[in-house]
Amino acid sequence: MNEQGPLLSIAGIEVMYSRLALVLRGLSLSVPRGGIVALLGANGAGKTTTMKAVANLLRSERGEVTRGAIHYDGARIDGLDASDLARRGLSLVMEGRHAFGTLSVEDNLKVGAFSRRDRAVGDSLDMVYRYFPRLKDRRHQAAGLLSGGEQQMCVIGRALMARPRMILLDEPSMGLAPLLVEEIFSIMRQLNAEEGMTFLLAEQNASVALRYATYGYLVESGRVVREGPAAALAADPEIRASYLGLDASAEPGGATLAARRRPRWLS
Amino acid sequence: MSDFSFFLEVVVGGLLSGVMYTLVALGFVLIFKASGVFNFAQGAMVLFAALTFVGFLEFGLPMWAAFLLALAAMLVLAVAIERTVLRPLVGQDHMILFMATIGLSIFLEGFAQLIWGTRVRGLDLGISDEPVEIAGILVSQFDLSAAVMAAVLVAVLSAFFSYTKIGRALRAVADDTQAAQVAGVPLGFIWAVVWGAAGFIALVAGLVWGARLGVQFALTLVALKALPVMILGGFNSIAGAIVAGLVIGVSEKLAEIYLGPFVGGGIENWFPYALAIAVLLIRPAGLFGAARIARV
Ligand SMILES: Nc1ncnc2c1ncn2[C@@H]1O[C@H](COP(=O)(O)OP(=O)(O)OP(=O)(O)O)[C@@H](O)[C@H]1O
Ligand SMILES: [Mg+2]
Repeated sequence: MNEQGPLLSIAGIEVMYSRLALVLRGLSLSVPRGGIVALLGANGAGKTTTMKAVANLLRSERGEVTRGAIHYDGARIDGLDASDLARRGLSLVMEGRHAFGTLSVEDNLKVGAFSRRDRAVGDSLDMVYRYFPRLKDRRHQAAGLLSGGEQQMCVIGRALMARPRMILLDEPSMGLAPLLVEEIFSIMRQLNAEEGMTFLLAEQNASVALRYATYGYLVESGRVVREGPAAALAADPEIRASYLGLDASAEPGGATLAARRRPRWLS
Repeated sequence: MSDFSFFLEVVVGGLLSGVMYTLVALGFVLIFKASGVFNFAQGAMVLFAALTFVGFLEFGLPMWAAFLLALAAMLVLAVAIERTVLRPLVGQDHMILFMATIGLSIFLEGFAQLIWGTRVRGLDLGISDEPVEIAGILVSQFDLSAAVMAAVLVAVLSAFFSYTKIGRALRAVADDTQAAQVAGVPLGFIWAVVWGAAGFIALVAGLVWGARLGVQFALTLVALKALPVMILGGFNSIAGAIVAGLVIGVSEKLAEIYLGPFVGGGIENWFPYALAIAVLLIRPAGLFGAARIARV
């Protein structure tokens, strides 16, 4: 379709849960083809909600996009079924490692290829095992018995089985040891370079995310409050203080940018 | 006749009826696995299927044609239920879905009788009820044929859901619905498949019990036979439904014969429930209920 435009663009979306909790308040961002874009923000900022809005998962949580539009590859995707997106090459890796616990690792991966009609599923399986050799060793084990890091590999591998052009990665570092986080992020970078996959990466761990991403957005209370090339964000003194914990003068817990800019009684 | 061969006869009779319980329970289990909903309308589907089959027979169609048409009707019904009842209720509480299946069962009972009438009809499948002797044991020919039919169906369905791509997807949906959708599994399609399978089961159950009891409203109660089976076997275990169906079948017959005389008989009707409640007290998830796989 539109070869020049961004692969994913979110334009001013509002999301409400249960018709009363307004969680996203006009959030916009765009992800270029072949990019790795980081979506940063503290607990409850709205990162996961943004991911679920794109993946059309809100309906099953009584949530709804009440304003704005989401375009993927030049077409609106708001109305599609969550499962249609996999067929269009858009895969979400949900926060919290949702492996199918009772299925074997290999069955988990095969479910990832459900939407495919071609015969090359075996090749994709080989590719996943090449990127994640540990999954191959455990392929007959129930996924519920894997370690946290292996489960994260399993669900990323499952997303790869759909042969996506774009992967939404929600908080892949959560609860993993630093070394494992680096391992998973460098595989993401490899997939980006070798297979040309585009990534939108939601992370609380801004320091790691900004090292791997090309561009970043900072979300607070459902709005983008700062954006820029990853290097510029990483160098921004306010972000360093609130999100990277690199400023000795930062209050414990890290006040949000908005709170720092505005006097407290206005916020 | 020796005591032992009499005992065997009771056990075999119990196993044969147990297979039928397993079959009906499987209908519930599949729907429960795929959507977490206890399908109250399963009994109404049995009645609907049997009435449709008999209705087509009365048009003068041969039995195989009536069977295929009734099966087609059940599949159409499954798709219609997915579109009109399940899809609009996505994301609602399980209790709301359960109530929707109550509504569905009332609708189906009314609709089936509206089309085919409320008259009790006999159904002759052409299988005689004469006992035959096998290895010195008397077995009802009808029970044997029904059990073989049910066993084949159970085997086919469980193989389908264990070894095929769709079966794998169903198990994925059972484990984690959202993750399955994200992985590209269309929930609506999976639901239509399991309701279609439940419709198929309802048809077979409707034929077997319809031939026994006559095709009438009481057929809706047949599904209640599956309740203790599911409590015993767990609501989401296919293997559990199979074993529990056989256990219930055998134990209710044994109880009737060997305990019945002490309490004045009639045990068969309530014994499965008593057994189920006893199991519930000891193992709330059922004998095979979701032993959740988790690291310790
Ligand atoms: N199903 C829901 N119903 C109502 N409110 C919800 C629901 N899901 C999330 N929220 C609310 O929306 C807000 C944003 O949540 P979200 O999960 O998007 O944050 P997040 O940025 O991903 O946070 P975290 O870093 O902790 O994962 C939170 O205040 C949360 O309480
Ligand atoms: Mg989140």
